[in-house]
Amino acid sequence: MISQDNTAVHAHRDDIGSRMGMWLFLFTELLLFGGLFFLYSVYRFLHQADFHVAAKELDIIIGTFNTAILLTSSLTMAMSITAMSRDNKKLSISLQVVTILLGISFLINKYFEWMTHINHGIYPGSNDYLSMDSGRRLFFALYYVMTGLHALHVIVGTVLIGIMTRFTVKNVITHDSYVKLEAAGLYWHLVDIIWIFLFPLFYLIT
Amino acid sequence: MNDDAAIAANGHVSFLDYQGKYKGIRAWILSTDHKRIGIMYLFALITFFAIGVTFGFLIRLELLTPGKTIVEPQVYNEFFTLHGVIMIFLFVIPGIPAVFGNFFLPIMIGAKDVAFPRLNLLSWYLYVTGGILIIVSIIMPGGPADTGWTFYIPYSVRTTTNVIATGTAAFLLGFSSILTGLNFITTIHRLRAPGMAWFKMPLFAWSLYATAWIQVLATPIIGITLLLIIVERVFGVGLFDPALGGDPILYQHLFWIYSHPAVYIMIVPAMGVISEIIPVFARRTIFGYKFIAFSSLGIALFGSLVWGHHMFAVGMSDAGQFVFSFLTFMVAIPSAIKVFNWTATLYKGSISLDPPMLYALAFIFLFSIGGFTGLIQGALSVDIHLTDTSFIVGHFHYVMFGGTGMGVFAALHYWLPKMFGRMYNMKRAKVAFWIIFVGFNTLYFPMFVMGWLGMPRRYYDYLPEYTVYHQIATVGSWILIIGMGIMFTNLIRGILKGNVVTEKNIWGGETLEWATDTPPIHENFEEIPLVTGTPYEYKQNDIEELPEEVIH
Amino acid sequence: MDKHHSNIEHAHGYSIYVFVWMALLILTGVTVTVAGINLGALTIAAALLIASIKSYLVLTIFMHLRLEMKAFRVFVSVAILFIIISFFLLFSDYSFLGAR
Repeated sequence: MISQDNTAVHAHRDDIGSRMGMWLFLFTELLLFGGLFFLYSVYRFLHQADFHVAAKELDIIIGTFNTAILLTSSLTMAMSITAMSRDNKKLSISLQVVTILLGISFLINKYFEWMTHINHGIYPGSNDYLSMDSGRRLFFALYYVMTGLHALHVIVGTVLIGIMTRFTVKNVITHDSYVKLEAAGLYWHLVDIIWIFLFPLFYLIT
Repeated sequence: MNDDAAIAANGHVSFLDYQGKYKGIRAWILSTDHKRIGIMYLFALITFFAIGVTFGFLIRLELLTPGKTIVEPQVYNEFFTLHGVIMIFLFVIPGIPAVFGNFFLPIMIGAKDVAFPRLNLLSWYLYVTGGILIIVSIIMPGGPADTGWTFYIPYSVRTTTNVIATGTAAFLLGFSSILTGLNFITTIHRLRAPGMAWFKMPLFAWSLYATAWIQVLATPIIGITLLLIIVERVFGVGLFDPALGGDPILYQHLFWIYSHPAVYIMIVPAMGVISEIIPVFARRTIFGYKFIAFSSLGIALFGSLVWGHHMFAVGMSDAGQFVFSFLTFMVAIPSAIKVFNWTATLYKGSISLDPPMLYALAFIFLFSIGGFTGLIQGALSVDIHLTDTSFIVGHFHYVMFGGTGMGVFAALHYWLPKMFGRMYNMKRAKVAFWIIFVGFNTLYFPMFVMGWLGMPRRYYDYLPEYTVYHQIATVGSWILIIGMGIMFTNLIRGILKGNVVTEKNIWGGETLEWATDTPPIHENFEEIPLVTGTPYEYKQNDIEELPEEVIH
Repeated sequence: MDKHHSNIEHAHGYSIYVFVWMALLILTGVTVTVAGINLGALTIAAALLIASIKSYLVLTIFMHLRLEMKAFRVFVSVAILFIIISFFLLFSDYSFLGAR
């Protein structure tokens, strides 16, 4: 094998370059959330006791369950790439579909979780929301904004994987050219990593 | 048209005449050729710059006399907001990377295009969409944002003007900037020509590389911050609103975590341009190549750590102020390294004062003034006196306009003949330069003086004792605008009707863009070049003399 | 095949993934359990430590960081370092703040 560096110039495509671009994009996603983590850390520092109390209103069981769902979806996503690299198209497609279904079930859980809070009158603009202690309000403000933005990324991720599944069916993605699937996978894993941090910071600080 | 002559001269079809899949306007707006995208950026950029200049002119006109001169206070607030937003997000930040980076980075490292050409086109569309959104916000009911370009909370949540439109626009522009950045990083890592080792790269490429990292890592922070303002306005979640327990100072932290590094997104590429121009027109090998290359990275690093110096007067903790003041002094070191290396390059050089060199020298002079006045404000005790006065306005115009603006003008005069294969009028370019230089200093220097005396920035009205300084500055703005008018007319006339240039190397540069045809062919090179030497080895007799009639 | 060699075996085997997945689930269990015990200030540290280990596993195995060129790992370090340094600078203000 030739050395990997600079061979890209003459090749028609450059998978390493594509993955490099995707990783750089992931950094921007990471820092997008990074700004929110900064907010979280400062407000938690300023309102420790309130955050502890407010976190009790979240359901640890649903949170843990959702964590398991996302971790499993990461597994199926990673395996679908291995399946593709071993030219097992059928297996790869079914693993991608499972990933999408897991993503959707995560969102359904999230929806019910949010609805519980909203039914309790906790949502921006409600009377309860405006009259509660500022520490508790900040907790829920962060909760809605951060899990909301994360959910948005889960939606984008599932759509993205859906497109990849279509590509796989149409043989745009094949066993010797699957960098698109890898890029979608990288995105999906990043969404997972962000949840890995969101989960203890919101659910486990009681 | 003399283009046929140009083609006949070397037998190659330039990218301007290349016939791709599409014809007419679609051959441009659907083109993924980095050179065409660069030129599309150029024209969009000049358009927005003209609008920004207009608002700057109107601000100065309003300040000609105390009290009302031409508009009401509310309109004045909208003027300085639009001036800031347009100049920063549409001109200074994208300026050099999007136009000259796009056009020349791939050529300078011996590549056919950037790593992701289609993404590059998407960046342009995001840029134009963002720009149009800002312009549209002017005529939307409620009027354009009046918060200043910083969108400080709580006012940006309370005001009834179109903060959401402007914020969305800035978000889109940030996204465009991120995509350009990641494209450049990947291009530099993956597409260098054989033999083009890291330390054989032109310094312009180094500066774009450092800039690209700031773009990728810092821009998302302002993305989320602007999104939060929109969320705050639409839903009232209370993350920053002090009435709901939020901390408005935290907003300022997040804003400046991006916006200070953004200052270096603006200036570092301009420094790269200067590093290209100085050795060419001094006919000397650049002094301290590695130091200049690493100082770009040093600026990128330290520049990301000093955002707190925008907030010395808002009530930060003493420890925080101390740390940020210290780091602010540190960031002066890599900037000074560059200035010293440029002057060392000039030493004993055979300097020719062609227009690009004039602008480059102006850059060094004006940027040094801007840099030193920056240090003055980096000192905690002095800053308490100077904060939010017109001293700071003078400072950042010396850095941003005297630095980046002159960098853009230098790059225009240096590279336009290469891009279009036509020459502007040299004599007129020099006349324009001197008018700009005089106008610039007449406009901005009085700001230091009146700021020192206590004239606050952004104020609509002022005490009579400041009148004379304001009037000098306003007259300076007229001189500056006349100078820029002459410069741009000369350049545009040059592009359209100037004498045809077919020489590959009109200035005697050693970087790869001077080894391709003028204008470059589609995909830049007949054959990907093999790089053996470093980019700034000057020997005698390697300039292709320009024929007399081309110059005049 | 050497032309597109960058893709060959650019993936781990199924069994490694399953192991990592099990480790991630176990760590999730651990972090939930630890959160139930009152460790004072250590609670947050433990939670972040476990989250970091989990992220490390996802980054290196699921995201193939171990198989990539060295540059990729440097990139990731730069990005993470940027967040950490910014965090400390931010707290150089907030940690020493009386009452604002």
